[in-house]
Amino acid sequence: MTRFQKKLWIGLIIMALLSPLGILLPEKFNAGDAWGEWGTETLEKLLGYVPEGLKKLADLWKAPIPDYNLGGESSPFMAQVVSYVISGILGIAIVGVVVYVISKIVINGHGQRN
Amino acid sequence: MHIPDGYLSPQTYVPLYGASLVFWAIALKKLKKELSAKHIPYLAMAAAFSFLIQMFNIPIPGGTTGHAVGAGIIAVLLGPWTAVIAVSVVLIIQAIVFGDGGITAIGANCFNMAVVMPFVSYWLFKVVKGNSEGGTRLYTAAFLSGWFGLSIAALITAVELGIQPLIAMSPDGRPLYAPYPLSVAVPAMALEHLLLFGAVEGIVTVLLIKYFLKHEPDLIERKSGSSEARKLH
Repeated sequence: MTRFQKKLWIGLIIMALLSPLGILLPEKFNAGDAWGEWGTETLEKLLGYVPEGLKKLADLWKAPIPDYNLGGESSPFMAQVVSYVISGILGIAIVGVVVYVISKIVINGHGQRN
Repeated sequence: MHIPDGYLSPQTYVPLYGASLVFWAIALKKLKKELSAKHIPYLAMAAAFSFLIQMFNIPIPGGTTGHAVGAGIIAVLLGPWTAVIAVSVVLIIQAIVFGDGGITAIGANCFNMAVVMPFVSYWLFKVVKGNSEGGTRLYTAAFLSGWFGLSIAALITAVELGIQPLIAMSPDGRPLYAPYPLSVAVPAMALEHLLLFGAVEGIVTVLLIKYFLKHEPDLIERKSGSSEARKLH
């Protein structure tokens, strides 16, 4: 790893540590979900009903760490902050490894070229 | 902008899976030709960056939230096809591991944020920048590429959501999937991205271009040199 690359990784780690700003600021400014990303409960409130087709598909998948929150919605805010940082670190580790593996496979496919 | 499961009808998400598949196949082919081992760390870092920047939710006080995606700066630095792969990997992991964006909507979300956005950003940057090697024009190009890249992606997302009531209604006249029509979805998504989130994306793009010009100008200059031959040089 070059010195420049090392610096970039340090920058990324700092970003991960600062990432809870992404839940603290919306909390502080009383901002809710992104437009069009409401859960079924919120839709019920907004519309008075949940669209039939939407309801069928909404819970298709149970993500292991929903909403970057290890403790679930009711966990204390501090725990959510810690969860968020852990999710950030975990996330960059996973996407980094996946991209690395894809790149290696792609490169091996065309014979070694430095 | 991460469409959850249930918001898109199969008539919408299946074709969008198809579209994304086509772009993934071409992108992998391009990488095969142009990627060299020393660029792999940059690709991994690009994906990591996109993942993290998306965690910074920006509030509209009393309203919704949104975030930058980072696809613009990745497209400008590493080429749009590299951005297709890096950002798609991020979106797929977000959907599977963190439930951010639906599984059925992976094709749509990748099309919006990992295909439309990087190509809009890339072409806009190129066109506005022209031959300039620095200065106001280059930074204007960087800002516009981030700003419009994200805003156009948001607009396309809004269209996908807004056409749902036209596609599928239950017998009692209620929408089956995303409930809001184009006349609501498009202004809502377009405005919040043009006014706030897109501007943030633009600023992020400018700051990073500035940083890379100073420390690793090769990544940018090669590109202006030979537009066709380079990409991941």
